[in-house]
Amino acid sequence: MTATTTAPLGTATVPTRKPPSGRLRSWATRAPLLPALVFMVAVTQLPFVATLVISFFDWNSLYPDARSFTGLGNYSEVLTDADLRKSVWTTILLTVAVVLASLVLGLLLALLLDRRFKGRGLVRTLLIAPFLVVPVAAALLWKHVLYNPEYGLLNGLLHYVGGPQPDWISSTPLLAVEASLVWQWTPFMMLILLAGLQSRDHQQIEAAKVDGASEWQIFRHLTLPHLRRYLELGALLGSIYIVQNFDAVFTITSGGLGTANLPYTVYQSFYQAHENGLASAAGVLVVIGSIIIATFALRVVSSLFREEVSRA
Amino acid sequence: MSGTALPVRPRRAKGAGLGLVAWLAGIVFFLPIAWMALTSFHSEEDAATNPPSFSAALTLDGYREFFGTGGGASPWPALANSTVASLASTLLVLLLALPAAYALSIRPVRKWTDVLFFFLSTKMLPVVAGLLPIYLFAKNTGTLDNIWLLVVLYTSMNLPIAVWMMQSFLSEVPVAVIEAAQIDGAKLPTILARVVAPIALPGIAATALICFIFSWNELLFARVLTGVVAETAPVFLTGFITSQGLFLAKVCAASLVISLPVLAAGFAAQDKLVQGLSLGAVK
Repeated sequence: MTATTTAPLGTATVPTRKPPSGRLRSWATRAPLLPALVFMVAVTQLPFVATLVISFFDWNSLYPDARSFTGLGNYSEVLTDADLRKSVWTTILLTVAVVLASLVLGLLLALLLDRRFKGRGLVRTLLIAPFLVVPVAAALLWKHVLYNPEYGLLNGLLHYVGGPQPDWISSTPLLAVEASLVWQWTPFMMLILLAGLQSRDHQQIEAAKVDGASEWQIFRHLTLPHLRRYLELGALLGSIYIVQNFDAVFTITSGGLGTANLPYTVYQSFYQAHENGLASAAGVLVVIGSIIIATFALRVVSSLFREEVSRA
Repeated sequence: MSGTALPVRPRRAKGAGLGLVAWLAGIVFFLPIAWMALTSFHSEEDAATNPPSFSAALTLDGYREFFGTGGGASPWPALANSTVASLASTLLVLLLALPAAYALSIRPVRKWTDVLFFFLSTKMLPVVAGLLPIYLFAKNTGTLDNIWLLVVLYTSMNLPIAVWMMQSFLSEVPVAVIEAAQIDGAKLPTILARVVAPIALPGIAATALICFIFSWNELLFARVLTGVVAETAPVFLTGFITSQGLFLAKVCAASLVISLPVLAAGFAAQDKLVQGLSLGAVK
């Protein structure tokens, strides 16, 4: 402990990034971190623990006196209830479809934007714009302005070519929700993949060109392997956001027509049906699903992160 | 580089073709927004035609309707609430995240990567995981329909993103420069103001803009925890979910006005947007 105070003068003049020695100093280093850390634990971890506890109780807030411990009862009810099971399936379907479609479209757009052409900056701006519309506003735009069977833009354009006039939301409800989400999330994927494309080793590509490699060969053997982790990152971050999607489902179909996903079901079961225990169990299931995705996401982020740190 | 002139011509033609495809894709993606903007300036009758009327007379009626001069609820309280919630939570995020990022980059604590990944893992916890206890807490403490509850929640929603982004921005400050300043006898506040701030400021600004966007957009918490008094702009928009006769121009005007702050903030932060959205993993 006293070693620090009697340290020779020579070492005291280079104090930065020295491992903190002594209890006081190490707390001084930690201090700036503590407010943020305590805040996060209090606001995010404690409520989840409460959810976990409530999920073991049979508790409808309309009958507060009838609250009782049911163990895993809520979970078996969530997993055996046909509607709830369907919402688990809907969540998976919605997430996978939106992530895959926006990833493929985002890749194509990123490849287009990676080339030089007139007005590239403007096109980039046009493509980012859908991501910057407030999600509820975007959902309203699709619901009323594009999908409306009588005077929506989609049927209006179909009218010109003499096409059919479908009622988009009632005939393909889940697809309708997915299309609006793909429109919003493609720019996100594009931005991540574009950053990936621009971090390629251009000397290597030039060398491959000199050696007579075709564009497809360069894409297949150089670009795609380099992009792999950016594709993974986009897919995982996209999944984390879309698994939680509430706005589009709530706005476009109000959870009807078989589009209710888990977040919507959780919202509905306690906000409208006042089933606190069931809602909590469903919430815990969403968390378990997210943790599975997140484990992979964290691994990808950490490998990219280590690469950045070692490059710096 | 400019040695061989042989393959230039066909490649340029192909490049122009793909440039055209890119333009086309940009226009297709932007079309719904352009159409929304055009419709917002049409009369309700012209907004609801099939085939669509592209060249109808322009009017501000949709905006007048939206701002409540034609009866109906005024959006101003909701816009004010959203502004308070977004600005206050962004400010709080910066106050908490800046020191934390400092302790994770410039003068790192032991095991700083573990701490960084703890912050990230909280972002992966879905909102519904804590929604019910937060609702019950708010109900029992009388903070339901109180905008400051949203401020706290939005802060927790954005803090991990901000810590990650700022950590990566502060890491760009060269250690050698800080050491040199210390040897010259500069104290910590001077170093922060003169050395760290100039390098990190653009990044801090982008972080703030991204936090603002996420707070402004949020619906689930606001929908569950606010009602009449603290209603935010997205909650106001949910009033348009069910059709109300001819109201397309009004919906478009409302959606556009409420999206404008996000569009502005997003384009201002365009260069750093990826870094923020990927939590600093992509530069």
